Amino acid sequence: MEWETVIGLEIHTQLATRSKIFSGAATAYGAEPNTQACAVDLGLPGVLPVLNKEAISMGVKFGLALDAEIGMTSVFDRKNYFYPDLPKGYQTTQMDFPIVGKGSLIIELEDGTTKVIGVTRAHLEEDAGKSLHEDFHGMTGIDLNRAGTPLLEIVSEPDMRSAKEAVAYMRKMHSLVRYIGISDGNMQEGSFRCDANVSVRPKGQKEFGTRAELKNINSFRFVERAINIEVERQIDLLEAGGTVVQETRLYDADKDETRSMRSKEEANDYRYFPDPDLLPIKITSEFVEQIRETLPELPDAKKARFIESFALKAEDVATIISSRETADYFEIVADKCGDAKLAANWVIGELSGYLNKEDTDIIASPVTAEMLALLLTRIKDDTISGKIAKQVFEALWNGEGENADAIIESKGLKQITDTGAIEAIVDEIIAANPEQVEQFKAGKEKVLGFFVGQCMKASKGKANPGQLNQLIRDKLK
Amino acid sequence: MHSKTIAELAEGLKIGDFSSEELTKSFLQRIKQYDAELNSFITVSEDHALAQARAADELIAKGASSVLTGIPLAQKDIFCTNGIKTTCGSKMLDNFIAPYDATVIHHFNQAGAVMLGKTNMDEFAMGSSNETSFYGSVKNPWDTTTVPGGSSGGSAAAVAARLAPAATGTDTGGSIRQPAALCGLTGLKPTYGRISRYGMIAFASSLDQAGTFTQTAEDSALMLNVMSGFDEKDSTSVDKDVPDYTANLSQPLNGLKIGLPKEYFGEGLNADVAKVVEEAVAEYKKMGAEIVDISLPNSHLSVPAYYVIAPAECSSNLSRFDGVRFGYRCEDPKDLEDMYKRSRGEGFGEEVKRRIMIGAYVLSAGYYDAYYLKAQKIRRLISDDFKAAFEKVDVIMGPTSPEVAFKAGEKSDDPVSMYLSDIYTIATNLAGLPGMSVPCGFSNKMPVGLQIIGNYFDESRLLNIAHQYQQTTGWHKQMPEGYK
Amino acid sequence: MSLDKNDVEKIAHLARLAIADEDIPGYAGSLSSILQLVEQMDAVDTKNVLPMAHPQDAHQRLREDVVTEKNQREHFQKITENVENGLYLVPKVLD
Repeated sequence: MEWETVIGLEIHTQLATRSKIFSGAATAYGAEPNTQACAVDLGLPGVLPVLNKEAISMGVKFGLALDAEIGMTSVFDRKNYFYPDLPKGYQTTQMDFPIVGKGSLIIELEDGTTKVIGVTRAHLEEDAGKSLHEDFHGMTGIDLNRAGTPLLEIVSEPDMRSAKEAVAYMRKMHSLVRYIGISDGNMQEGSFRCDANVSVRPKGQKEFGTRAELKNINSFRFVERAINIEVERQIDLLEAGGTVVQETRLYDADKDETRSMRSKEEANDYRYFPDPDLLPIKITSEFVEQIRETLPELPDAKKARFIESFALKAEDVATIISSRETADYFEIVADKCGDAKLAANWVIGELSGYLNKEDTDIIASPVTAEMLALLLTRIKDDTISGKIAKQVFEALWNGEGENADAIIESKGLKQITDTGAIEAIVDEIIAANPEQVEQFKAGKEKVLGFFVGQCMKASKGKANPGQLNQLIRDKLK
Repeated sequence: MHSKTIAELAEGLKIGDFSSEELTKSFLQRIKQYDAELNSFITVSEDHALAQARAADELIAKGASSVLTGIPLAQKDIFCTNGIKTTCGSKMLDNFIAPYDATVIHHFNQAGAVMLGKTNMDEFAMGSSNETSFYGSVKNPWDTTTVPGGSSGGSAAAVAARLAPAATGTDTGGSIRQPAALCGLTGLKPTYGRISRYGMIAFASSLDQAGTFTQTAEDSALMLNVMSGFDEKDSTSVDKDVPDYTANLSQPLNGLKIGLPKEYFGEGLNADVAKVVEEAVAEYKKMGAEIVDISLPNSHLSVPAYYVIAPAECSSNLSRFDGVRFGYRCEDPKDLEDMYKRSRGEGFGEEVKRRIMIGAYVLSAGYYDAYYLKAQKIRRLISDDFKAAFEKVDVIMGPTSPEVAFKAGEKSDDPVSMYLSDIYTIATNLAGLPGMSVPCGFSNKMPVGLQIIGNYFDESRLLNIAHQYQQTTGWHKQMPEGYK
Repeated sequence: MSLDKNDVEKIAHLARLAIADEDIPGYAGSLSSILQLVEQMDAVDTKNVLPMAHPQDAHQRLREDVVTEKNQREHFQKITENVENGLYLVPKVLD
């Protein structure tokens, strides 16, 4: 039988606010345990929540970026359950009236086609703390620093039909939340994680199959693998005459398998009801317009503009706009050096190579956009060759000079454009290689390359290749 | 000294008749003398009180004092007090030294008031007789075989016996007004949101409101002046100017329109109590008020709606008592679930467990609409009844409680009959309106309370109405025999 | 609605309350009588009534995004014995 996979994703993204959603405690990552858990975060008797305005602004901003419905009146509810990392015994979240309603996201597939994925809703909620299972004589340690960090939970429609589509959606969403500055998207630190609802059905069947929920996947690679493995498991099960049980499963990357989380299996009854400590949130259209003004150019628009105004290849643009920082960097370089193609080649090539090798973020690159632009300008005005430019780039990266000009000067890398000086070199090389001269004259064009190479070597690479070529040709005639 | 009002004591402190230290010592002495029997305090914070009193005396000497500076007060043990045990009447918090001050406590500290101690209460404010406290029941000073009412029974008994000149309370369904009535005191529950709930251990968040037990309406006004105001730590506190609540006390009542809801004088009301309340209303008529018959047609639904909404909120509010970060944890839990279940099972008393279970039930899948949503709709009907009534009248009057203080143990095995003690007070909480109970006479030598319900943020008028009555009557000056 | 032993056990589990077997009939009885009291509401038609979650017809105030809290771990952990290395300890949590 042929099977069709159906996937819906719930993405949890931590919002990049300074303080927590309901308290004035810091949200910084990596602090000593429980040093960023204030009375409100600890759920001490008598404390009350006060809502962070920035969390609301960020929620609205996300809604606008998706062109989704904005919840002009949204309500916080309590989701009641007991867990040691949930200090109040309930999570404050949004159930019936979320901050963001229906929207959609266009993803691009490997074959270059696009697909629209529906976004059901996005709501604000508080993150829980962390349970640490290192052995405290058989006990679990609870760190509540993360408790109360604002989360935006983005729920998709079950519109994805393969693990690849799910990854494309997750990547696009990841890029979007970073573009609009509502999350740092740091997946290692858990700022961006997802649950995947996965089911299969015979191709052509309308009804959905029973789904399993894969919990807390925190990398693009794992999402793809976890889904593929789960799909395989379900198909095997069904083909063997079994049935899929609706349950929560955990992807174990080490064993590369998914397994049932029985501890979370008991029928949960969350007893949602409106949080009586918080009043309904009313958003005005003025507020929405204010937020709209802060929206940056979004990835799709930027992509179209780059292709149109810079005449670049679509896949190069896709790489460049994958993050807003890279796109901004590229745009400065392209504008200042006046050659978008050259700029694109260098940003995607040399710069990315160094960034990857040194595990550096583009914002922290020792070679700034302005520095790279000047370097490329020096290629264009024939001060240096592209090959020499790579040396200069390395020197810039290592901080050996404040800009390309300084390095070219101090290292004496300036291209020799003085015809007399080049002529002298050419004459010398021709005189020293009579055999090759004969070969050339006999019609062996390839020997020209030998002369260019020799002359370049003699000039220590500083001769202008074009000029050199012409001169040798003239002299050998 | 002990029978004086706050206003009188403040005058005495100001002119140097006595110091705050002397005053505080005399109340501490009375607590030692009488409280073994009454059990109105859970914690007496003697050292803390004396230190506060000496600091207050310095402020007074410097001329830097305000009205409450140096006045000893009793605080309901529901307010968190930094460094001092805060139990909420529960075994669950028997070891809980609050690490911060409630906003109300902070306000009193700023004003230089002295805290004598923390008063006994029904566990987590759930009760109408002060018999559910882990620290034992409280006795009514008017007759120690009867209950003082609840949940703020300790505060009521302490002020009635003049172990403190005034005290704070909280009122979720009548927990200030009913004990005030049963103990012959002036009790005030302000509009929801008038006083910050921050640091006041939550029972039912949309109903809880702090208030006062005093001997006079004037004292209530002095307390309210200090307690009220917007608090940025409480999203439900209202950002509205705090007037001087003493400013309008002396206004005459000519032309005041008093509504008498027929539902508050029907079946279930003790005939003697009815008579006393009617006499009080007649007194108001003499003072120039106009009496208007009104109806609050959904009154009979207030107890049913309340016993869905309050338990629902409490079941969630009390989930934080899980034995993890503070409070009681059972011995040797065998696993996580065992820790939760036994810590909570052993730490909470029977009535609290009952309400948590009712709350969990009415919110659970399949029952939410039939119970919780229904109760929210009934709440709207009840609130609308009041809105309609306040189109016609300025205030509403009736009995605070259907009967005088009942015998200890009389209702403790029958939760439903206990719940009906608050039949006249609960609707006010559902609507969020301010209400008072004012002593208006006796039935069988036990005090009777007149309830006055006002429109939103109309506390000044309520206090004015109560004060005028206390200028012409002396019920509020009566004290129980044996504590004079 | 009248609750039986099974119902009480289910609710007690949901609310994480250990209830002794011998106490269950008592709770079943009192909870049932409370539900009976509550069900007086059923007599009223509320089809077109808006639910009222809160006494105030007001909206949530928003706080500026400013860090106002300092580290008070030591102060907050003084009130419990169940801490080690700054962490709250609980019986092992199994995933």
